[in-house]
Amino acid sequence: MSGPSLMDSLFQRSLEDLIKGLRQQLIGEQAFISKALEEIRKEIKSTDLSIKSTALLKLSYLSSLHFHDMSFATFHALEVLSSPRFSHKKIAYHAISLSFHDSTPVLLLITNHLRKDLTSTNEFEVSLSLRCLSKIANVDLARDLTPEIFTLMSSNKLYVRKKAVAVVLRVFEKYPDSVRVCFKRLVENLDNSDPQILSAVIGVFCELACKDPRSYLPLAPEFYKILVDSKNNWVLIKVLKIFAKLAPLEPRLAKRVVEPICDHMRRTGAKSLLFECVRTVVTSLSEYDSAVRLAVGKVPEFLVDEDPNLKYLGLQVLSIVAQKHLWAVSQNKEAVIKSLSDADPNIKIESLRLVMAMVSECNVTEISRVLVNHALKSDPEFCNEILGSILSTCSRNVYEIIVDFDWYVSLLGEMSRIPHCHKGEEIENQLIDIGIRVKDVRLELVRVSRDLLIDPALLGNFFLHRVLCAASWASGEYVKFSRNPLELMEALLQPRTRLLPPSIRAIYIQSAFKVLVFCLHTYLMQRGSTFSSTSPDNLPSVVSASVSDESFDNLSVENGVDATVTHGQICTPAFITNESIVNLLNMVELALGPLVGSHDVEVQERARNVLGFVDLTKLKFLNYSVQEENDSEGKGVEASNIIELMHDAFSKELGPISLSAQGNVSLPDGLIVKENLGDLEMICCDIELPSSNSFSFGSPCEEKDGVSFSNLQIKEDSEQSNESTSLLAEHRKRHGLYYLPLGKSEISNDYPPANDPILQGNINGNAVDLVKITEESLVPKRKPSHAKPRPVVVKLDEVDEKPVALKKFESKDDSLSGAVRDILFGSEDMVPTSSQSNLSDKSSSKRKGKEKQHTAPHVESKENLVDDGNPSSRRRKYRSHGKERRHRSPRKKTAEEREGQKEKEKSSHRHGRHKSGQRAEEPLNVSAQAPVIPDFLL
Amino acid sequence: MGIRFILMVNKQGQTRLAQYYEWLTLEERRALEGEIVRKCLARNEQQCSFVEHRNYKIVYRRYASLFFLVGVDNDENELAILEFIHLLVETMDRHFGNVCELDIMFHLEKAHFMLEEMVMNGSIVETSKANILTPIQLMDKSS
Repeated sequence: MSGPSLMDSLFQRSLEDLIKGLRQQLIGEQAFISKALEEIRKEIKSTDLSIKSTALLKLSYLSSLHFHDMSFATFHALEVLSSPRFSHKKIAYHAISLSFHDSTPVLLLITNHLRKDLTSTNEFEVSLSLRCLSKIANVDLARDLTPEIFTLMSSNKLYVRKKAVAVVLRVFEKYPDSVRVCFKRLVENLDNSDPQILSAVIGVFCELACKDPRSYLPLAPEFYKILVDSKNNWVLIKVLKIFAKLAPLEPRLAKRVVEPICDHMRRTGAKSLLFECVRTVVTSLSEYDSAVRLAVGKVPEFLVDEDPNLKYLGLQVLSIVAQKHLWAVSQNKEAVIKSLSDADPNIKIESLRLVMAMVSECNVTEISRVLVNHALKSDPEFCNEILGSILSTCSRNVYEIIVDFDWYVSLLGEMSRIPHCHKGEEIENQLIDIGIRVKDVRLELVRVSRDLLIDPALLGNFFLHRVLCAASWASGEYVKFSRNPLELMEALLQPRTRLLPPSIRAIYIQSAFKVLVFCLHTYLMQRGSTFSSTSPDNLPSVVSASVSDESFDNLSVENGVDATVTHGQICTPAFITNESIVNLLNMVELALGPLVGSHDVEVQERARNVLGFVDLTKLKFLNYSVQEENDSEGKGVEASNIIELMHDAFSKELGPISLSAQGNVSLPDGLIVKENLGDLEMICCDIELPSSNSFSFGSPCEEKDGVSFSNLQIKEDSEQSNESTSLLAEHRKRHGLYYLPLGKSEISNDYPPANDPILQGNINGNAVDLVKITEESLVPKRKPSHAKPRPVVVKLDEVDEKPVALKKFESKDDSLSGAVRDILFGSEDMVPTSSQSNLSDKSSSKRKGKEKQHTAPHVESKENLVDDGNPSSRRRKYRSHGKERRHRSPRKKTAEEREGQKEKEKSSHRHGRHKSGQRAEEPLNVSAQAPVIPDFLL
Repeated sequence: MGIRFILMVNKQGQTRLAQYYEWLTLEERRALEGEIVRKCLARNEQQCSFVEHRNYKIVYRRYASLFFLVGVDNDENELAILEFIHLLVETMDRHFGNVCELDIMFHLEKAHFMLEEMVMNGSIVETSKANILTPIQLMDKSS
């Protein structure tokens, strides 16, 4: 037997051989490894422990660095572990800590090995098993080995003791009840003067306190002592972390520690400690002005340093301070702006965040200017980062910080021209959004849109298409503000629009339609006023034209920009002569003619609509040119009527639509929604269902229209919401019987046009909305320094309301902290605590709910008491929770108390395992901790 | 848990040492190491040593051909971790004498041993070079 074994061990490849072989790579890495694995599988079954352990060592190596599964060897690792030789044990422990985890099947078999080694006289063996335990301990191991660890925590061998202390963290986590056994000893180690032990203990407490700081408040005096006395930076950093968690919970504690922390900040030469002090102050002690000033004073040391690490951290500290002390950022403005052009993208992004934090109503213009200039020079990624943050900051809370919307709209235009800009979609949304919400800005919006549309080069940029889409929509919708509609028309119909995707092209055509109608109408009006006396047949159209003109004028006066608008008004008609109209119509026919055969239905249909309209009206203008005013035929009148109607339809304003608007439509009587659904399905199969946010507007004027017209009419209105709406409209035309009659449109039309005073009448559900709007208009947010008042921004309810923050439950309150509290807060509190918690465990869910209701109000009242710092508060609190128990109905009380008694005996083991119980328990502990601290604080 | 993992990776992106303080499967580890290596090795000397990754940070430092990468929780002190890396390197340097990648490759187990002396449960427990190295030297002598 010894023969082959000897041979085996002679010829076994050692780990070194394996590594050398891997490096030579004669047969390729994968092939070599699989060959080695094959050998290992054989060797590991050997009865010779040295062969086995070498195989295990090699396997650990391959698993750790080459990701090869070693779960097949778990049992072999245990076998090696049982070897009496230390070198074998070491290999086995290494392998086990690499490969074992909670669900390893042989994990339970290891308990005895570990116990044996934990009680060994060889401190290295003890240390190996402690280290292993810190990695693989599960509930069972933690429970079974708690006594051994408890013993080791007071071992006189420091080497072992510090490891026992460190391992306790894992044991507590896995088996909270071990706290009852070990916690006291852990605290005792806190007083230990040996630096090794101290750093281990503080490490444990730092982790524990991060999870649930409140439980460790009573230990504040011990931590304080370390904070003042310790010279070890590692330990000090950890203690600072603990105080950063504790200080916000207990103002008196914060007051106490702020001075020592400042001392450290002044004295220390170590940047890491300095940084930790600064961070602690700005996160947890931000109410202490002098400390914050001192900390902020240290920030430049970081910011101006050559070391990018310090710079980054300095910026991070600033962004923490910025939430409460914005002045700190402004103080370091220069360095922050300079960091925008740093070599490191991380630093750039940090400084960008800071710059955005500085933005306010007064400086948004300058900062945006700086940033946009910077974006022009930056690499594409950071450029978009900048643009994105400008867009999101400026649009926050419905453009809260924007006062001058004209400026903002032109900024949007400028941003979209930046070569790397990929934010087209966001810009598109904002352009349209602002157009709808802010009346006063429309003139500028149309100007910006025109500049974008007219530039043929922009059509080639894919990322700009969405912006162009918004621009074309805006210039169509608000064409009345345009200085030169004919030029706009050319821009909308220019040949390069073929580069656009069909969906956007369709919007171009629709906008061209609106512009066309506007031009024709303006022309007619012009003529009408000239010839109204001579052609009485034209009368109706003239009347309505002048009416609409009048209302338009009112509107512009109201907006306070009448001067410029009238200017637009005056110059517009001057451009339009009969000849230019004819040219216009020819151009439309020329540009859209080929699109009638387009493959895209949207484009095709809209092109057809426009061409149909041109056909209807063209004759009139041709006639005009031939026979001027002698035209009194029916045909001409008809055409001008059509133009009139179209113009009315288009000039109806679109307001922003609340997402919940659909819900405000009341169900008409006699409508049975579910009827005939089977039929509907059959009809719908050829059409995609419209998305939920699209609906068709009705319009009062529709009723007097011809049927052929309603299609176009609806298309116009739906334009703004979604393309699919036009499909819906088409569908409506075909299958009218499934739709509500159009006469009902007043109901569905309660999405008010922007800032329309009439809206007060038909509002039912949007009361909040109304209040917002009136507030807006009554008390405009304006500073006296602004030359121009901030225009009204229409808001809708659901945009304004912040999402209600989800109620936070104290999820942190796990069984571990419960156990810790029990230990720290003396026995008198333990009695009610444990009984109560177990009560709720046992009681039915109904009773549990009841109990929570009872305790809930007490949480607040007690926390207030803790804060007032009254030394006698303790007694009062104790009484109050006695009262709480009295709240319960007597019948239940007796039952519960009986259970409580019964549970008390068992509680030491069962307690704390049940999360449901912990919630009820918490307030009691909160109340109980107050007395412990004052001794130290007063 | 302060430290989640410690990696040593060479310039080519090959892992030379991997120590995790939370259990990850082989696949998770492979993915994680791949992502981190791609992220960190692409950075240059002028850039800072901190990289945000998933929900934690990586603090890294390069020594000759070897990158030391430490994954830590977000509230960990970055500078302290940099000091820790330096301490680790100094310790290995003292033990191996002018430590290089090969030393770590061929004495992986020892490197692990040192790390385990320094870090337990993801928190740093020992920062004295002498204390870290004494047991190793004793063991070397006895075997």
